[in-house]
Amino acid sequence: MRVNYNWNWGIFFELEPGASGNYLQYLFGGLGWTMITALLAWSLALLLGVLVGTLRTTGHKGVERVCLAYTELFRNVPLLVQMFLWYFVLPELVPRETGEAIKAMPPPWGSLVPAVLCLGTFMSVRVAEQVRSGIQSLPRGQQMAGLAIGLSRTQTYRYVLLPMVFRIILPPLTSEFLNTIKNSSLALTIGLMELTARTRAMQEFTFQVFEAFASATVIYLIVNLLVVLAMRQVERKVRVPGFIGAQTHTVTAGH
Amino acid sequence: MNIKRVSVLAAGIAALCMAISASANTLDKVKQSGVFTIGHRDASIPLSYYDDKQQPIGYSMDLCMKVAEAVKKELNLPNMEIKYQLVTSANRIPLLANGTVDIECGSTTNNADRQKQVSYLPTTFVTANRLVYKKNSGIKKLADLKGKTLVSTAGSTNIKGVTEMNASQNLGISIVSANGHAESFLMVETGRAAAFAMDDILLAGLVANSKAPGDYEISGEALSVEPYGIMVRKDDPKFKKLADGVISGLMTSGGINSIYDKWFMKPIPPKGITMNVPMSANLKKVIASPTDSPDPAVYK
Repeated sequence: MRVNYNWNWGIFFELEPGASGNYLQYLFGGLGWTMITALLAWSLALLLGVLVGTLRTTGHKGVERVCLAYTELFRNVPLLVQMFLWYFVLPELVPRETGEAIKAMPPPWGSLVPAVLCLGTFMSVRVAEQVRSGIQSLPRGQQMAGLAIGLSRTQTYRYVLLPMVFRIILPPLTSEFLNTIKNSSLALTIGLMELTARTRAMQEFTFQVFEAFASATVIYLIVNLLVVLAMRQVERKVRVPGFIGAQTHTVTAGH
Repeated sequence: MNIKRVSVLAAGIAALCMAISASANTLDKVKQSGVFTIGHRDASIPLSYYDDKQQPIGYSMDLCMKVAEAVKKELNLPNMEIKYQLVTSANRIPLLANGTVDIECGSTTNNADRQKQVSYLPTTFVTANRLVYKKNSGIKKLADLKGKTLVSTAGSTNIKGVTEMNASQNLGISIVSANGHAESFLMVETGRAAAFAMDDILLAGLVANSKAPGDYEISGEALSVEPYGIMVRKDDPKFKKLADGVISGLMTSGGINSIYDKWFMKPIPPKGITMNVPMSANLKKVIASPTDSPDPAVYK
């Protein structure tokens, strides 16, 4: 079965139908939206994740149960289904005026806000699990020593435990950030024109499938490699010699 | 990199090249595999859609079954298996080009751009690109959507058309793309988009099957005229001749009229609703003289 295909790498210099620029500029615009979504979602994920992860280790049964429920809820539903729920279902469940206000948000904010909220909460659970494992992997003596020298529980977390936890979980967190960048592509299902959405649009308008997807692949690869290299520098700067994450002879990227 | 690895790699590449360089001959492929794969849609009512038992049915499907019977007869394969493959606006051309489906029976517009990658059987339906909107929205035509949101299905000629019109006429419309016709209609239903641009026959089907058909109106203004055709692979003259013969035969014998009536003038599954769309003058014209031309002017 011969694949009838005519290559046209010059397609990148042709104008896209919306006449905002050529296809190369169109794709790079999409990359901008990918990065905005990923960075906003990651900030939300870090905020919520650290909160939920630390609360889960405090020992208060009620608090721990709430955190467990939160974690299991966002972990066990596929991300695609969650996107649909945030975008289509949420405005119907809230009071009418709020729902109408949400639906009246003009594109692209109408798609960006649910995408960031969805991706942020989904990834926050993974961050929470990392933080929880990090805290539980520390020797129990650390917390006892902190309490023994007169620090309150909060201060022990803030000055003794969490600084070490962040250094330990930096490699897996890098992985989670890369996952956030890649998962941002699911926002195309709710109408956000990020890189993957624009690649598909380019493929649909021009039928140059392979050129479009080859370029998207290369762009994603380069972005992810840059993130890995940057995080490797960060890891090197903050590592504490003698602890997990400080071995120089093993790969520390944590994939 | 020792010599053994290099030669295994070279053999692998050679085998791959040989696999790719076989010719695009549908009849040979079907004879060899015994399987004829029909590509269909899920919500292009009444041309190609799922009934309530998830079986693909429709006007285009009936026409394709006639082609399948002709293939069976031509190749003398009484046990030829017919497989169904769901396709979308976005992937129908790649799946046809790479051999996953042998024929695409949906609501596919025939135009010159697409004819660079695929071929079409004679036009079997003529539709126009229109808008559907809620009656109380005050919208009547495309220009009324200034500052509002217009949705269309990803991969359709409609979304490309409205994007170009928006840019060239400076209409200031926000255009959003959704993954399928049902989803696009849901956006209008829930109020996220003010209008949905799509072929009028598909809009009529979606409105007829919606929860409150009386809420919607289809614009009188036609943004473009679109001929629908069944898609087949390019550069495959034997299969095209056979399939063209089947469709033209139905047109000259008048058999196509009863198939048309079945789907457009009588109650159709799953809800038994009647579309009530009599054959348009444009369609009668192309039935009288079958053509696979991509030029919209031919159909006016």
